[in-house]
Amino acid sequence: MTHPILNCGYVPLVDCAPLIIAKELGFAEDEGLKLNLLRQPSWSALRDLLALGHLDAAHMLSPMPLAMRLGLSGQTTEVDAPLVLSTNGTVVGVSTDLAAKMRASGWIPDIGKPKAFTDTLSKATDRPLRVGVPFPFSMHRLLFEYLVADLDAATAPSFEIVPTPPPLMSQAVADGEIDIFCVGEPWGSVAVTSGVAELIMPGAAIWASAPEKVLGLRRDWIEANDALCGALIRSIYRAAKWLGQTENGPLASEILARSEHLDLSDQLIDPALTGRLVMRSGRAPMQIDGFLKFHAGASTFPWRSLGAWIGQQISELHGLDRERTMIEGSNCWRSDLYRRHLASSHVDMPGASAKIEGAMVHRTAVASTRGQMILGPDAFFDSKTFEFPELN
Amino acid sequence: MKNDLKIVVVEADRDRALAIVDTLKDEGWNSVTVLGDATGLARKIAALDPDLVLIDLADPSRDALEQVSLASSADARAVAMFVDRSDDEMTYAAMAAGLSAYVVGAPEPERIKSVLKTAIARFQVTSQMRRELQVAKQALEDRKTIDRAKGLVMRAKGVSEEEAYGLMRKTAMSQNRKVIDVAQALLTASDLLE
Repeated sequence: MTHPILNCGYVPLVDCAPLIIAKELGFAEDEGLKLNLLRQPSWSALRDLLALGHLDAAHMLSPMPLAMRLGLSGQTTEVDAPLVLSTNGTVVGVSTDLAAKMRASGWIPDIGKPKAFTDTLSKATDRPLRVGVPFPFSMHRLLFEYLVADLDAATAPSFEIVPTPPPLMSQAVADGEIDIFCVGEPWGSVAVTSGVAELIMPGAAIWASAPEKVLGLRRDWIEANDALCGALIRSIYRAAKWLGQTENGPLASEILARSEHLDLSDQLIDPALTGRLVMRSGRAPMQIDGFLKFHAGASTFPWRSLGAWIGQQISELHGLDRERTMIEGSNCWRSDLYRRHLASSHVDMPGASAKIEGAMVHRTAVASTRGQMILGPDAFFDSKTFEFPELN
Repeated sequence: MKNDLKIVVVEADRDRALAIVDTLKDEGWNSVTVLGDATGLARKIAALDPDLVLIDLADPSRDALEQVSLASSADARAVAMFVDRSDDEMTYAAMAAGLSAYVVGAPEPERIKSVLKTAIARFQVTSQMRRELQVAKQALEDRKTIDRAKGLVMRAKGVSEEEAYGLMRKTAMSQNRKVIDVAQALLTASDLLE
């Protein structure tokens, strides 16, 4: 019997790993699927092909489904996220030039103190700063905007967001086109190795549990392909679970490096998977726990409150109605599909589908469908919490 | 008309860029700039302020242009796309969807020419439509303002609607201004005095 072929777009970054593993380790085949992975040169190209129906599924930046639904990015298309592919995995860095100015202003590097970083920025420079992020609708951008949102407007420098493809980030710093960046690994490390930049902190220092990439599906496709959709969610869930087991790390790195789907050597893949990062050229690597999460803390679960948080941030950036954008955001995070399609696989699930974001400073046990599960941490750097007032 | 279009070609491969520029010049599009270096792309394009940007669909720098198309207002620039493999189905799908992105089978100049013509024609039609829509919206807004000002004059002077409009028109003509300007001035003054 021939398996149905599913065209799935991705951008060659380490965090598309669940898709590659689902294919290479045969999880997709177990579910009766042939996963046809199609590499995309840019997020805009991936977005347009998904909107036009040339892709059935896609590896997407977590704010993209809402941006597409709101018509802010490409043609208006209803895209849903039934599963989170990866959480965290980004870094914030600055040019060596800016780092030197910050040191001269008394800055002492500390990955746990984002506030000290932004305060020093205000002291170190008064010219506008250009911030490289991969795409206007990316968690990278939302994290950076959140980090600087509450700075004193009178003293803070102004920031200009400059979308820059990750592989070009290092060159853009070298050319003086950007001063700061927020990007997924390995592209921050590449800039450090090239001697043009220094890493300040992981994105997780801004938000300890930031959903980075999601599985994106068109709503009409979901409605017309219920069984296929379930098979896809189950196979990717198994891949994410496999990736989440620490002992599989070295093998995962090897599979990804050897796979035809990424053009990255294992030296470039390893830091992202192990969380061992060289923050400054010539220094010893630093171990960052929970650097890139595929499965720990129920990270695959598409909490509706995550979609709502993204909605709130986008409403502020684009001057949209806050309440409505939050509801739209939560509506494209389809925890209902996740629950329904994984119910038969004995997957432990949270009792609720929305949570208070930012409330867990440490790992916390919560009620789950099979008893108890460990979530978090998910705190924001400013200790604020975000609650989406919705009945579960 | 078409000679007025400012076109930017984003292409790192010099030979390919030159071939595209030649094709464009043959067709009478003379205002063509080539950007070969990917860094600072958005800044350079914003400075050039072109009507049309041509970039390879397979170029990762396309994401850098997203902000450019977001920033530009009513006259959003079209982005035409070249790709090595020709894919008619996608070209037509993209056009039907009204995307400002078009796929071109790049190497043969004849094909570039025909798809570019379609792309530019479509760009001109949509920008014309946008302009018309803008004009219609403005007219509607003006009408509302004039109606409110008429109401003010009617109440203040105890005159009919027609007489109120006549008064506003007379004032406008004698001051060499538009009726809408007079109406706006009236509303501003009345807001101040309230």
